[in-house]
Amino acid sequence: MTTEIIISGFGGQGIVSSGIILSHAGLYESKNVTFFPSYGAEMRGGTANCSVVISTEPVASPIVATPDIVIVMNEPSLTRFEPTLKPNGLLFYNKTLIKSVPKREEITIIPVEANAIAEELGQGRIANMVMLGAMIKKTTILKLETLKRAQRKRFSRASDDQLSLNDRALDRGYELF
Amino acid sequence: MAEKKLMYGNHAIVEGVLAAGCRFFAGYPITPQNEIPEFMSIRMNEIGGVFIQTESEIAAINMLFGAAAAGKRAMTSSSSPGISLMQEGISYIAGADIPVLVVNVVRGGPGLGNIAPAQSDYFQATKGGGHGDYFTITLAPNSAQELYEFPKIAFELAEKYRNPALILADGLLGQMMEPVEFSYKPINPETLPEPPYALSGCKNRERRIVRSYDLRPGKLEAWNWQRQKKYEQIVANEQRFEATACDDAELIIVAYGTCARVCDAAARMARTKGYRVGLLRPITLWPYPSKILSALSKKTEHFLVVEMNMGQMVDDVRLATECKKKVFFHGRPGGGVPTPPEVFGKIETILGGAR
Repeated sequence: MTTEIIISGFGGQGIVSSGIILSHAGLYESKNVTFFPSYGAEMRGGTANCSVVISTEPVASPIVATPDIVIVMNEPSLTRFEPTLKPNGLLFYNKTLIKSVPKREEITIIPVEANAIAEELGQGRIANMVMLGAMIKKTTILKLETLKRAQRKRFSRASDDQLSLNDRALDRGYELF
Repeated sequence: MAEKKLMYGNHAIVEGVLAAGCRFFAGYPITPQNEIPEFMSIRMNEIGGVFIQTESEIAAINMLFGAAAAGKRAMTSSSSPGISLMQEGISYIAGADIPVLVVNVVRGGPGLGNIAPAQSDYFQATKGGGHGDYFTITLAPNSAQELYEFPKIAFELAEKYRNPALILADGLLGQMMEPVEFSYKPINPETLPEPPYALSGCKNRERRIVRSYDLRPGKLEAWNWQRQKKYEQIVANEQRFEATACDDAELIIVAYGTCARVCDAAARMARTKGYRVGLLRPITLWPYPSKILSALSKKTEHFLVVEMNMGQMVDDVRLATECKKKVFFHGRPGGGVPTPPEVFGKIETILGGAR
């Protein structure tokens, strides 16, 4: 069982962090993982994306051409990555910031009010956590508790308040479905 | 099994170099390998080694020459343009028969190129690189785990043959994160014996001289003949590779590093669709694993070489198979990375359409 994921959005939306958290969580559940970010000329406000592969087998290619799951946090990412999704793949999109509607019919489209929920919790920047919570609930590829452990690993220097808020955002996403 | 740690490839190299007992790093920043000097500066400080950010790549390679001539394990890392700048020094080190480790995290070229992953430095890495008649032992890892393990192997080979060793990675391997198991006991550099050439102070012993020149008539030729014997031994004894599903293959893909990962996925796709496709992954690029390729060419009809360049290793495959079998090529230049469906498409074309 191999799951190939692409996460994409603006620089600053926590795209790379989301990928690393999924990878840590995969490792914690004794799976094989690879994480490959787009790197180099990225900046806050520019575009960022990353590929994550989580598998029960050794991972062959860390390059993901046709993902099983696509998470898009902004409009340009939807345009770029919707066409790459496998038939019957899952498209999670940040409905708060994306006004276009995904077009493909043979995929499962899951709108998530990621930024709206994050703002409700008091912090727009944790929209990525809401999205991750929603994604693992729908796909069951990873457990909520491992994701919480993984975000604490990723943000090991954050305050306890911030870590708890991240957990709450994961919960809110998880409880959407 | 020890616990696995999720690490960047570039960080895995650092841990591998330190575990191999190396306590000297000199280098100059360049993307996509900057995480190596960055992390090395932290780790060398913790562990009590030497980290120097030099004023240029030329300074770095010459400091390496000095540290290694003093008998210590020494390494540098850079990316393509920086490695080009180092070639004079690498040639001098090869000419002086001194072991060092150079890591090249290859990026798109030529010139300043870009910072994307590439394999366009294959010729430079495997055919000498600088001036003069020499080779560098060249290892091609394809995972963060191998980036951790290969520095130790590289130092051991370099010291065994008194020759510079190169690890040829690329931007993807450096920037990717994968679980790494610290699979061997770190070497205490104090336990490494002093090599016979070490410039360690000649009190109470005859003086030693490390140099790469000999102007006396006939002497340099004799020295090069001696070095040639060493190269013959390396070629005879040190060819390394990984062969997957090659025994009954109708087509064998030959690819190393990142391309081997992509081609592994493509070969798996092909086998599920009824094509008998194997993968031969060279681990040493010099010496090239010609013996296994020669043996495989006796029973396999088709070879497909996939590289992130426009055809460099493919020449070595043609030589090893003596051009007796069809050698196809698929390449992406300038930082392009092939995808598994792309390589699978090529396999389908070669083997005659869908099955």
